[in-house]
Amino acid sequence: MAGSTLASPTADPAIVGIGRARHVSPGTEAWRRFRRHRLAVASLFILGLMMIAVAAGPLVWQIPINDIDFGARLALPSWSHPFGTDDLGQDLFARMLYGGRISLAVGLSAMAVAVVVGIIVGSVAGMSRGWVDAGLMWLTDLFLSLPALPVLLLLIYLFRDPLKQLVGPELGVFFLIVVVIGGFRWMPVARLVRAQFLSLREKEFVEAARALGASKWRQVVRHILPNSLGPVIVAGSVDVAAAIILESTLSFLGLGFPPDIPTWGRILFDAKDYLDIAPHWALFPGAAIFLAVLTINFIGDGLRDALDPRKVM
Amino acid sequence: MSRYLLRRLLIVVPSLLGISVVLFTVLALAPGDPFGELATNPNVPPEVGAALRAKFGLDDPVWLRYLHWLIAMLHGDWGFSFVSRMDVDRLILQRLPATLLVIGSSQVLALLVALPVGVLAATRPYSLFDQVANTFAFIGFSLPTFFTGILFILIFSIYLDWLPFVFRADIAATGWRWYWEMFRQAIMPVAVLGLFQGASWTRYVRSAVLDVIRLDYVTTARAKGIAERAVITKHVVRNALIPVVTLVALQMPAVFGGAIITEQIFRVPGIGSLLISSILANDTPVIMAVTFVFACLVILFNLIADILYGWLDPRISYR
Repeated sequence: MAGSTLASPTADPAIVGIGRARHVSPGTEAWRRFRRHRLAVASLFILGLMMIAVAAGPLVWQIPINDIDFGARLALPSWSHPFGTDDLGQDLFARMLYGGRISLAVGLSAMAVAVVVGIIVGSVAGMSRGWVDAGLMWLTDLFLSLPALPVLLLLIYLFRDPLKQLVGPELGVFFLIVVVIGGFRWMPVARLVRAQFLSLREKEFVEAARALGASKWRQVVRHILPNSLGPVIVAGSVDVAAAIILESTLSFLGLGFPPDIPTWGRILFDAKDYLDIAPHWALFPGAAIFLAVLTINFIGDGLRDALDPRKVM
Repeated sequence: MSRYLLRRLLIVVPSLLGISVVLFTVLALAPGDPFGELATNPNVPPEVGAALRAKFGLDDPVWLRYLHWLIAMLHGDWGFSFVSRMDVDRLILQRLPATLLVIGSSQVLALLVALPVGVLAATRPYSLFDQVANTFAFIGFSLPTFFTGILFILIFSIYLDWLPFVFRADIAATGWRWYWEMFRQAIMPVAVLGLFQGASWTRYVRSAVLDVIRLDYVTTARAKGIAERAVITKHVVRNALIPVVTLVALQMPAVFGGAIITEQIFRVPGIGSLLISSILANDTPVIMAVTFVFACLVILFNLIADILYGWLDPRISYR
């Protein structure tokens, strides 16, 4: 798609004017290809349902997440508690709806950080030759060979307390986790963007823009960047899944969010000592993480079919 | 080949230096210092604290502290654990074999799953087998290792009661019985890590084989009358493995991340669980050393991947 699509949508009416029977915009074409991946469409539906549930659920299901009820400790799923209760008798359904907001928000924001950093590094490296390019790529390779989880744990260990004092416990941990996860996922995006830039900047349409006197900034923003976004969107969708897994991993190790913020990983961490008497407590949050990650991965696969220029269908 | 090897070994040095700079910068940027506990402890007189700071050079400029730290690391002086009351390098050496055992066997398991399944799926693209394998691969790498671990414990330890769910370093048995117990307790951690890796490798193998199998030289090999089996194993797989090795090397950091989680779930006494327990106990020297060891292991595995490259594709080592 990269080289063959029109550089700007303003050219579209001209083509229709020439008299092609039916005009298909790149977006429609991508949607048509995406729809052929049935599992991706189903995943989009399921993920949409999950997002609506965590966004609107707490408004409908009004049991407070910290409503302690020792009469119903470790209760199995029932009509009053659809997902059962934990060791303090707190309603798991309410806690999971609330925690899901955080888990999904962390995934999306970390992806945004990773994609923005990756695009900046990749486009600077792709547009400049010589030592800037070489230096940035060396940095990218260095980050790729850092063991992410140990370094992540180290960063959280060192910076958790000062940030908590600075902006409060919840926001502090959220910022730290988003920035740190984003800071460890930008490398694939940077490489993809750089590779796209290297080939696109030599294409005729960019040369034409250059000949017309477009500044370097305009060449990048109007012509090169929009055409290199296909693979970035695919990589970004995979990053959401990876960030959700990383956040749950940190919470699961007891080093993520504090206990009063029940993200899915945190609920799992609390549940793992009660596996023998209350397996439902661990199964529901685990299944939620799995379902979110699986659907995002399938959507990423569908997006690859729809957007990746290397795969022509 | 030896010149190629030498060149690869020389590249390792700047990467190790880069990683040590990154780690040290992180530590230097962090507010407070590792001796903060001593400084706030009312039992330590201020002059003793100051003397300690001078002794460990904590008031020196950053680059000087980095050099001191680097030289000490190179001399094998990795510091002293606040919690375990022993030298960090001895502590890590004690824990390393368990980690290497779990990671090594899980990689072998992943390879044993990924290679045959990936090749079979690629030789019959879009068949029923391919679709089933693909779906299972997706499920496999979408299941986070901590959840698979919990599921395995739930099924195999609690409901079926077949396997122990705590990994013990001190098994009270000798001879064959020791090996049997060791095998039994290693099954679950290795399976959790190996199946997760195997699932993503299966997809790499499949797409790499699909890329190679359409090439002309494969058709030529078939035209010569070579049996299909020999064409696949001798001609296709070897060339398909080259991109797979790259992707596997890129995945190494993730493998170590998975190892930390599995060690934590099954209480394997490796360096991953050491890292978590020292973070919970604020044991800075151990945290720094373990992180550095993980970084070194990643670079070591990347080096192995490079050597494999040279063996799979002789052209690379002649360049």
